[in-house]
Amino acid sequence: MDWTLWLELVIKALVLIFALLGGFAYLTWYERRLLARFQSRLGPNRAGPFGLLQPIADAVKLIFKEELTPAKAYKLVFFLAPIMTLVPSVIIAAVIPWGPPFQLGDRIVTQSIADINVGVLFLMSIASIAVYGIVLAGWSSNNKYAMLGGLRSAAQMISYELTLGLAFVVAILLGNSMNLTDIVEAQRDGRWFVLVQPVGALILWIATLAEVNRHPFDMPEAEQELTAGYHTEYSGMKFALFFMAEYQKMIVVSAILATLFFGGYLGPWVDRWPLLGPVYMFLKIVILLFIMIWVRATWPRIRYDRLMAFGWKVLLPLALAVVMITAVGILLAEINPWMIWLIPIFSLIAGAFASLMIDRSLRRKAYA
Amino acid sequence: MQNEWLYIGLFLIVGVALPAASLIMAAIITPKKSNPIKNSTYECGMETVGDSWVQFKAQYYIFGLVFLIFDVETVFLFPWAVTLNKLPLFAVIEGIVFILILLAGFTYIWRKDALEWA
Repeated sequence: MDWTLWLELVIKALVLIFALLGGFAYLTWYERRLLARFQSRLGPNRAGPFGLLQPIADAVKLIFKEELTPAKAYKLVFFLAPIMTLVPSVIIAAVIPWGPPFQLGDRIVTQSIADINVGVLFLMSIASIAVYGIVLAGWSSNNKYAMLGGLRSAAQMISYELTLGLAFVVAILLGNSMNLTDIVEAQRDGRWFVLVQPVGALILWIATLAEVNRHPFDMPEAEQELTAGYHTEYSGMKFALFFMAEYQKMIVVSAILATLFFGGYLGPWVDRWPLLGPVYMFLKIVILLFIMIWVRATWPRIRYDRLMAFGWKVLLPLALAVVMITAVGILLAEINPWMIWLIPIFSLIAGAFASLMIDRSLRRKAYA
Repeated sequence: MQNEWLYIGLFLIVGVALPAASLIMAAIITPKKSNPIKNSTYECGMETVGDSWVQFKAQYYIFGLVFLIFDVETVFLFPWAVTLNKLPLFAVIEGIVFILILLAGFTYIWRKDALEWA
């Protein structure tokens, strides 16, 4: 460990943290402007050109707000819960490769904080930790809305976490490694895993929507029933931390989805100019975030019992089927490389069958 | 290889410093004028009735148990997935049989209506 290594590490950590912070700030602006566009409004456009200074104004407002701690709350846990929610959403970004390694002087600089060999397992474990902060926030507030929001959130996140894990297994099967850089490199020459396994990508996308409590799965904070769900009692900076965690999770899950199924940092000329890698990642993340916001503007929230039924009775069996189809397809591809295209065909058949079954069950129950 | 985990540890410190710094800054500059009304539990202006820490639906526990079983299954599939190409055919079939056994258990849970949110 010489000092250049430390310097490299500190620079990379600070760049990533500030990129996430800036990303969070401008994601709120991006979301509000886009939602306004979808609803034929203008959105925030007063502070600075195109409202670009709006996030700064919001941050200043939140810093100067008084923080209230309810008299009946469990003070220590109430204080720790926002930190426990924010920290996983930041450190999960440590293993994501943002670009190919490049040569600087006489040393090779990798464009990720840590290139560990069990990257996908790391993602999975940190994603599981995120649920604690939310549950503890709901419980420690000693408020009925917050409690119900925290419970719902816990049940929802653990239900969709299974599907998330199985979708990760699909990516591991295709990439033949748990190292995220290897998974990206396996998608070279336009062989993005979304082409081989479109249903797997779709399952991962739905599961991540549920994991970050976004529409149409934002039951934990359903405004009409639970005011604000688990963060009802939070104000000022502690509320800002929850808000920050939610938006950073959105960015990070988009980055994960881009890495596992959409070719990560790969794109034209990325080998000649390695610093194009983060640019491609940025573009892919922006497009995925656009789809997330589009969904929020378009779809109604789904009912809680249907949310759980969808997670357990549709997504989980479908994900298991997709894992088996992928495993068998990869073995057949060793006999004849063209057999790899049996995977998308059979997965799409399985996906179509699942949607058919949803349609049938909804018809049978009519308004149940 | 161990260095890489050290990097994550250092990044964790930066990650904890971020919320800590913002909370400390907020603690210094925010106004502190609390009173009993402000610190009362927020329930849309109504007085709260009863305790919030009460018994809740047993369904949450059942989902927790089922989650535990299938989460362990998923974690078992991770190493199987990594080494799929190097495994003999027998081990691959074994993996699929493992999934099928758990699917049988899943069917049992489903038929017992444990997955109904009623």
